[in-house]
Amino acid sequence: MNRTAGKLSLLLLLTPFVLWIVLLVLLPHVQMLRISFQVRESWDSLDWGVTQYSNFFAESYYWRTFIRTGVMSLLTTALTLVIGFPIAWYIAKLARGRARGLLFLACLIPFWASELVRTYGWMILLRESGLFSSWLQALGWVDGPVEFLYNDVAVIVGLVYNALLFMVVPLVTTLDGLDDNLVEAGYDLGGNHWHVLRDIVVPWAMPGIVSGCIVVFMLTLGSYLTPTLMGGKDSAWFTQQIFTQFITRFNWEQGAALGVLLLVLSSLLVWLGLRLTGQNLRKVLG
Amino acid sequence: MIRSVPRSRVFNSLYLLYLLAFFIYLALPLLVTAVFAFNDSNFPSLPWQGFTVDWYFANAAESGNRTGLFHDQGLLSALWVSVLVAFWVTVISVALGCVNAVLFERIEFRGKEVLYLVMLLPLVIPGVILGVSILVFYSGLANEVSLRWGIELDLFRPGLPLVIGGQVAFITTLSTLIIAARLRKFDPQLEEAALNLGATPIVAWFTVTLPWLLPAIFGAAAMAFLMSFENFNTTVMLTGSDTPLTVALFNRLREGSTPVLNAVALLLMAVSALLAMATLRRSQ
Repeated sequence: MNRTAGKLSLLLLLTPFVLWIVLLVLLPHVQMLRISFQVRESWDSLDWGVTQYSNFFAESYYWRTFIRTGVMSLLTTALTLVIGFPIAWYIAKLARGRARGLLFLACLIPFWASELVRTYGWMILLRESGLFSSWLQALGWVDGPVEFLYNDVAVIVGLVYNALLFMVVPLVTTLDGLDDNLVEAGYDLGGNHWHVLRDIVVPWAMPGIVSGCIVVFMLTLGSYLTPTLMGGKDSAWFTQQIFTQFITRFNWEQGAALGVLLLVLSSLLVWLGLRLTGQNLRKVLG
Repeated sequence: MIRSVPRSRVFNSLYLLYLLAFFIYLALPLLVTAVFAFNDSNFPSLPWQGFTVDWYFANAAESGNRTGLFHDQGLLSALWVSVLVAFWVTVISVALGCVNAVLFERIEFRGKEVLYLVMLLPLVIPGVILGVSILVFYSGLANEVSLRWGIELDLFRPGLPLVIGGQVAFITTLSTLIIAARLRKFDPQLEEAALNLGATPIVAWFTVTLPWLLPAIFGAAAMAFLMSFENFNTTVMLTGSDTPLTVALFNRLREGSTPVLNAVALLLMAVSALLAMATLRRSQ
């Protein structure tokens, strides 16, 4: 291929990519950032300022929800890792042949249903007239109906459930590549379960752990359905406030500022996670 | 903990118990949703009132007060909207994914590493933020144009074009990754052989490279369709008067749940399971 043809094909291939990323990702975010610094003085005059951001810090409801959402997302991520790791280990290292494929498939099945369907299933189980409440009454363990829904525990149960796949799949993939001999050598050299886990398995699985944690954290932080449907009046999620500003109150400037803050929080924590574990985004996601 | 490493019997049985509990936890919500789609009661809860297919076929106009899924105009039109959106999202994001994959796997150019990282960005942006930023940009643009020149750009108001745009924004990254992974395993010598045998680059691409990519393209298409169909976070911010199924179901759910929602849920599960099975079979 000669130079001009090479240039031309690069141009042809680059154009769709640039159109997509600029028109649908970069420009909208730049505009959101710009609007978040605009102050509407009257219907036709605008000024620049940080009013929206000072609102955020002045109004405790905003920043409390912000912190709560961050902390609960981290908790969900940690729980997902702890619950998913033994499962991934079993699928990658202990199961054989058909059982292995079937177990992996069983992990995938819930994710053929949408998040809405999964959350709905949990609501049928947990609510006052739900299955758990009925079973407990039938067993005679409680007298009246019990409400399991509309509290933080319910939200975490739902969020962990929704996130499990995104943790188990990368873990299985990385653990799969771990040579059994390394683990055996660890035991031969006198290590116990804990030593082997800490010095061999976890360092090997680190790319999978980080990738799983990042995806789960992002999904949880940005989720809207599960906290809204399963959380109570006091368990507000930050995305709900963004939604309220945009759709209900039509205060785009405030909504944009909250959106920027959520984006900053998620980017910061993802970056921190990558730095602390010495991974990079390309290795983890690409 | 490998098979050859001895473990205590107690540890083993505890591990198996944990495994069992885990899979029950996974299956339970879906199972109850499916079962209650056939409960002859107006609420999806116990006690069990007997088996019925009312929640699919009942017609309130003809008999009784129940409207089954197949007579529920609201749900049916939402279903249609979802199919329409998913179709366009699949077409656009898979086409873009193919082009991007070739760009990043086969062409060398300056700044490629940086652009690759930019390409991954939509994966680390929360869906709600992706939605609101597109809403702010395009609706703002439409307002501006309308204010200055009096031209109405309805295309940029909340509605299906924006929903499609919002979903394409992040689904394209996923389809690019799937197709690029397959292209990476392609042996360029095959293409060179075709060129040596007298094929033009375009003929070589369509007869050698494209068939090699087809499994990944089908996989990416199935993934794109499912992701689009299920998406809520981005969609809810951009939807206008035509609501896709997820948003319609969410609105219904907030009014109170009836077994017709279970019927929809079961249908969705069945269809996406079939689609997923078909892709798994193809890729094996």
